[in-house]
Amino acid sequence: MVGTVSVAFSVNGRDVKAKVEPRTLLVTFLRENLGLTGTHVGCDTSQCGACCVLLDGRSVKSCTILAVQADGASVTTIEGLGTPEKLHPMQIAFNENHGLQCGFCTPGMIMSAVDFAQGNAEPTPDQVREWLEGNICRCTGYHNIVASVEAGARAMAKA
Amino acid sequence: MYAFDYHKPHSLAEAAALLEAHPEARLLAGGMTLIPTLKQRLASPTDLVDLGGLADLVGIVVDAGEITIGAMTTHAAVAHSKEIKARLPALAALAEGIGDPQVRHRGTIGGSISNADPAADYPAALVGLGATVITDRREIAADDFFTGMFETALAPGEIVRQVRFPIPLAAGYAKFPNPASRYAVVGAFVARTAAGVRVAVTGAGPSVFRLPEMEAALASSFAPQAIAGIDVPEDDLNRDPHATAAYRAHLVGVMTARAVTTALES
Ligand code: FES
Ligand code: FES
Repeated sequence: MVGTVSVAFSVNGRDVKAKVEPRTLLVTFLRENLGLTGTHVGCDTSQCGACCVLLDGRSVKSCTILAVQADGASVTTIEGLGTPEKLHPMQIAFNENHGLQCGFCTPGMIMSAVDFAQGNAEPTPDQVREWLEGNICRCTGYHNIVASVEAGARAMAKA
Repeated sequence: MYAFDYHKPHSLAEAAALLEAHPEARLLAGGMTLIPTLKQRLASPTDLVDLGGLADLVGIVVDAGEITIGAMTTHAAVAHSKEIKARLPALAALAEGIGDPQVRHRGTIGGSISNADPAADYPAALVGLGATVITDRREIAADDFFTGMFETALAPGEIVRQVRFPIPLAAGYAKFPNPASRYAVVGAFVARTAAGVRVAVTGAGPSVFRLPEMEAALASSFAPQAIAGIDVPEDDLNRDPHATAAYRAHLVGVMTARAVTTALES
């Protein structure tokens, strides 16, 4: 008999407790239960990275994780990075380097980039391109995204 | 996704008991293959038994002659392990080439080998190095573990605990990745050990296989030229929209030669 299970985790520093069906994806829970619609669903098949969030500090694809698997963990979404008044350095870098066009891939790009920048203060363009293997953009041609990530990584190291 | 019940055991014995009690249950490791499979409704287990709570299954132990990796250790952990990079860099490089960073943060060695995808990378390392799979009930030599396409020697309810790799004198892995998925169109793992040379190929056939003729040639001369001219028959190789069997047969020779070159440089 299939019922619901209790989950408790922290989302953007806030404690969240809920009962969910085991088949609920983390991205569905974030968007539909918590209203955090900054995390996008592009492909729903683990390819595009629009759904990237940080799970205990590491980037993961929230369309390929069950909400119950995040039990006890700490989740950061794009909404938890900065505020409109005080953007995160990586958000500023995407803004300044024109690292987006339609913006659909951007939340995932930024979450992935923040994870990457944690260990790479001075990345080369090749390292950035290799890291972004799991993030697909259909607009920009990537050039400005790569420039954004390089600038954001340097800014994060200084911040 | 069809509905299922979810269990998160705190010991291997509890996990085994859950599998026993629910014959239609599936084990959940990193979920990088299982969750997409469930989303496509290609599987409909009644229950998922999540191994994510078993800290004993996570970790890397390196000693004089071997490296033991817990089943729930992620690809990222293997790729970034300083000790594996120092002692068996080919294995770290192989793990670094799986999927993308986000997949490597979740996907596990135990999940990968239990799934036994014909194009997965780890089977080549296990067979190429002559590793041993340690389950909750026995030890299985890698040569006996992979039995066919998505088929292994695991009995129903048997759980992989660890994989033990002997450290070779030199090893290399080279793959021709599918540009979208990063799965191996063909991948070759070559290891030179005191007992001889092993060559294992993934992606090309229904399951990982060895190349005895190339092994013998490389045992007498460990150099890429040694295998020039050894043809791999295309008869039993995979064919799909990405590559014909003839193309895969050709790639086997090319990837094996590249793996030998990598091994010589390591
Ligand atoms: S929506 Fe998750 S990877 Fe595309
Ligand atoms: S900016 Fe449109 S998909 Fe990337």
